[in-house]
Amino acid sequence: MNPIAIIIGLPLIGFLINGLFGKQLPKMISGLLGVSTILIAFILTATQLSNFISTETYSSTLKLFTFLNVDNLVLEASFKLDRLSIWMTMIITGIGTLIHIYSMAYMWEDEGFHKFFSYLNFFVFNMLLLVLGSNFLMLFFGWEGVGLCSYLLIGFWYSRPEYGKAARKAFVMNRIGDLGLLLGMFLIIHQFGTLDYDAVIQGIAQGKTSGSMLTAISMLLFVGAMGKSAQIPLYTWLPDAMAGPTPVSALIHAATMVTAGIYLIVRTQILFEMAPFTGEFIFWIGLCTSILAALIGLKQNDIKKVLAYSTVSQLGFMFVALGCGAYTTAMFHLTTHAFFKALLFLGAGSVIHGVHHEQDIRLMGGLKSKMPLTYITFLIGTLAITGFPLLSGFFSKDEILTHVFEHNKIGYALMVFSALLTGIYMFRMFFVTFHGTYRNSHYSLDKVHESPLGMTLPLIILAFLSVIGGALNLPEYLTHQSGTLANWLKPILTIEESKHAISHSTEYILIGIAVLVFVIAFFFTRSKYVSKNHVPSEAESTGIAGYMENKFYVDELYNTVFVKPLEGLSDILGNFFETKVIAPLSFGINSVLTRIGRLNKFVQDGNIEKYLLFMVIGIVILIGINLFI
Amino acid sequence: MEFVLGPILAAFIARLMGNKLSVYFAGLLSLTGIVILLINYPVTPLINSTQGWKTIQDYQWLDSTIHFTFGMDGLTWILLLLTNGLMPFIIFSMNSNHSNRLQITMLALLMQAGLNGVFLSKDGLSFYIFWELALIPIYFITLLYSESGKDNFKHTIRFFIYTFFGSLGMLFSLIYLNSLTETGSFAYEELLKLNLTYNQSIWVSLGFLLAFAVKIPLFPFHGWQANTYTFAPAAGTMLLSGIMLKMGLYGVLRWFLPMCGETLYVFQPYLITLSVIGIVYGGIIAIRQNDMKRLVAYSSLSHVGLIAAGFFTLTSTGFSGGVLQMLVHGINVVGLFYSIEIIQQLSGRNLNNLGGLAKKYPVFAVVFFLFVIGTAAAPLSNGFPGEFMLLKSVFSYNSVSGVFAGLTIILCAVYMLRMYQFSMLGVDKGQAEQKIEINQWLPLAILSIFVIVLGIFPQYFIDIVKPSLDQILLEISNAKGVLS
Repeated sequence: MNPIAIIIGLPLIGFLINGLFGKQLPKMISGLLGVSTILIAFILTATQLSNFISTETYSSTLKLFTFLNVDNLVLEASFKLDRLSIWMTMIITGIGTLIHIYSMAYMWEDEGFHKFFSYLNFFVFNMLLLVLGSNFLMLFFGWEGVGLCSYLLIGFWYSRPEYGKAARKAFVMNRIGDLGLLLGMFLIIHQFGTLDYDAVIQGIAQGKTSGSMLTAISMLLFVGAMGKSAQIPLYTWLPDAMAGPTPVSALIHAATMVTAGIYLIVRTQILFEMAPFTGEFIFWIGLCTSILAALIGLKQNDIKKVLAYSTVSQLGFMFVALGCGAYTTAMFHLTTHAFFKALLFLGAGSVIHGVHHEQDIRLMGGLKSKMPLTYITFLIGTLAITGFPLLSGFFSKDEILTHVFEHNKIGYALMVFSALLTGIYMFRMFFVTFHGTYRNSHYSLDKVHESPLGMTLPLIILAFLSVIGGALNLPEYLTHQSGTLANWLKPILTIEESKHAISHSTEYILIGIAVLVFVIAFFFTRSKYVSKNHVPSEAESTGIAGYMENKFYVDELYNTVFVKPLEGLSDILGNFFETKVIAPLSFGINSVLTRIGRLNKFVQDGNIEKYLLFMVIGIVILIGINLFI
Repeated sequence: MEFVLGPILAAFIARLMGNKLSVYFAGLLSLTGIVILLINYPVTPLINSTQGWKTIQDYQWLDSTIHFTFGMDGLTWILLLLTNGLMPFIIFSMNSNHSNRLQITMLALLMQAGLNGVFLSKDGLSFYIFWELALIPIYFITLLYSESGKDNFKHTIRFFIYTFFGSLGMLFSLIYLNSLTETGSFAYEELLKLNLTYNQSIWVSLGFLLAFAVKIPLFPFHGWQANTYTFAPAAGTMLLSGIMLKMGLYGVLRWFLPMCGETLYVFQPYLITLSVIGIVYGGIIAIRQNDMKRLVAYSSLSHVGLIAAGFFTLTSTGFSGGVLQMLVHGINVVGLFYSIEIIQQLSGRNLNNLGGLAKKYPVFAVVFFLFVIGTAAAPLSNGFPGEFMLLKSVFSYNSVSGVFAGLTIILCAVYMLRMYQFSMLGVDKGQAEQKIEINQWLPLAILSIFVIVLGIFPQYFIDIVKPSLDQILLEISNAKGVLS
């Protein structure tokens, strides 16, 4: 049997079994089923790696059936395992396995345990459709499918109405992006008559389309990416998505689903290479998103919200890399981010678990002694994301900054600022949570406990990956050759990436700046939150801080500009236009007929005298006509 | 003829059973049509058939020129499948303690006869007769067994007169066409052969259009829809939205487009614009409705607008997508109204008073959710392939129209998820006490299987209708030749 079929099929089977019979199964079986389907898929994917190592251009395909065939447009349900999709599959199934294991412990008490695992498996299935599909249609299937799973999982605890609202918001905002992607696909069909990646890429390479058309297509695809990967202006759903259980935040809203936009652009790299305008657009959108989200993150006090804004910000970093044409770098950061952000989210979940479902960092503090494993791993995650030298985040972020430096000097300055903000909000959260004194009077420190092994084991593995992740693509100045990931992706990138044109000495200066940024962020926050033992105040901040605390009122803005007018329009159309315009238009005919009826009623009312009168009048008229004409 | 007489016979049997008519026997009677279809008319020969709309039965009626002629091809087959396949679900939706179950069952069976006749008729006059025949039972169902009291007569008579009036336009066109033929025949092929002048063609088209635009309904001819759907008893709403709506769309495809001749290209931009307005208009209104039935009524307006728009693009993609979506819309909308009926019996159908039903009825919630995502056209659900093709065809015709039509995927997500959330999720308001009986949810669960099947294997159904759609496209392109 084709390995692709098994890799995709296993999560689907897990979903079906848990979805249909989960209630009858013991929890242990139900959970292990969920874990093992993903684990086996991971192992199988890993065994496929060797094929790629021996043959550079190896790829394996699977064609299931013809989904649609109309008007010379053939859309196949087909899949392809190549260097890019296997890389993504490794991340999805690998981190997926760890998060499934973690979930077994985290969700053990929850009454929807089997349901959770069936959704989670279904998510992985859809994510695999997305990355393994060999055409845009399969991508779109997975694309919307993961959106649906995200909806289901954000609203997992559906008895809370605000959670349901967050879930709907996520789905609808994703749908806005999806419309862009869909329209982009229509344009692709229009231009190339197919949705198959290879055929489309070939078509572009042969110059079948005009530049403006390529710009239009790439912009539309990027709109899709904005929705899924939470970029300005469609990012506001992601922080709200934190309503879902924490493992969901780690898997879907940090490591995998939200990176689909980056995957899409890397997959259609040639399209974006040929549309420089879009590239520049992506660059600035990514940059603005990374700064805006980081600013908001500075003032959040919900541990998951900080991480959510951090994710939005880091996704912005990846798009900046894409905007510079540094596709490998974006994939590199995607990978390391998947490690350390999954680690941080799971760590946050462990904290939340330990302090009895409290998420406000102002009510934590001093947890390091009570939760040593969580503390250590969380520290590693924080160091990785803030760019502590030689940890994974350091290398990937440094690579992005170097590319930005070459691309645009102002952009570089802004990105350094953004990196500084990253350091500040991460250490702020870290210190306030783990250092200082414990501040929650409702739940005593004695009851705070370290999480069970099922939760800490994934943390340890992810911490390990966060430390060594940089080895996946070590920079040239260390090894004097291009990195592993760069070599890995080289055969599938149609257009070769530009090499660094800058000298080693410049590069060392840039590294120096990066390290400096880390040091400033660390010591600034340490002095504020550890030495002076500062705790974010309860009071509303004023000025710019108030704006940051209130997320720059973007939700309110959208509400005023889009939601309210639409609802108003709906009311006007539904209550006024329908009754005052449409109804008379439709039933005018009714009243006309009724009037004719009344006229008839007057003539034929059964009154003999009236009939006789009409008869006489008739006779007179007839005689008159005869006499005078 | 068996498609017409079978259900009528079944209705008489139901009458003879009287009050002894059990739910199961009624269900059995409703299977008449589908059994005839699947046994007598296997689908395989229709795939890649080159026989066109093959005459299967021909009975002379009034004189040598007026016949009951029945034809079968992929398009007719699919619509018979829809009509006769949905009928058991509609009849099963009335459980044993439903008042007037006998009467509604009988009327529904009579309606089935009329609908079957519409989809089979190859003779203009008999097409018209069946068209009106299908209207009479639904008139009585909405009039006599509706749930609302005083306004009911007003709404029903409005609906009846309005659609009846529309149909007169079609009768006018048919008689006019008939007068132009040499033989004085109403036969479909004869009417198609006519070469109309520009003026003749305009008037004939307008006549047809009036009938179909009201029935579909196209914006702004939809005035009857929301009220009738809301006030009709559940079974009546299902009949109207699931099947009867398709009469108008079928009429467009089979009669209007080929008969319209060269003027089609004069009408085309206006028709597409109206359809697209309907898509957005229905969608926008639906997002604020609190009566679940009314909400689905407006969503239905939006969805049929898209189907109509696809038809008017006159492309193979639009046609295939539209026919597929007719089938899908029938399934989904019946599923939704069926679910709403169940919800209504639990705790009413006003979204403001609902909530948290998923906790008590988890299985029902899943089934309902399937219809919700099917309607919202999520991939792997049945709504997606049709909507994909339709939007693609509209977008290829005109990108601006395509973008506006595309708004449906956003709006639909808004109102469908809102409906689901307010009814199923959130706080359990604790009103619902009774259980949902197995004979209520089982038919619904069976129907929901088609949400998945059609979502994954749409091509099979497209293969069935493709030859007949190609034939219609050929007729249209012949007409185009006249113009140029």
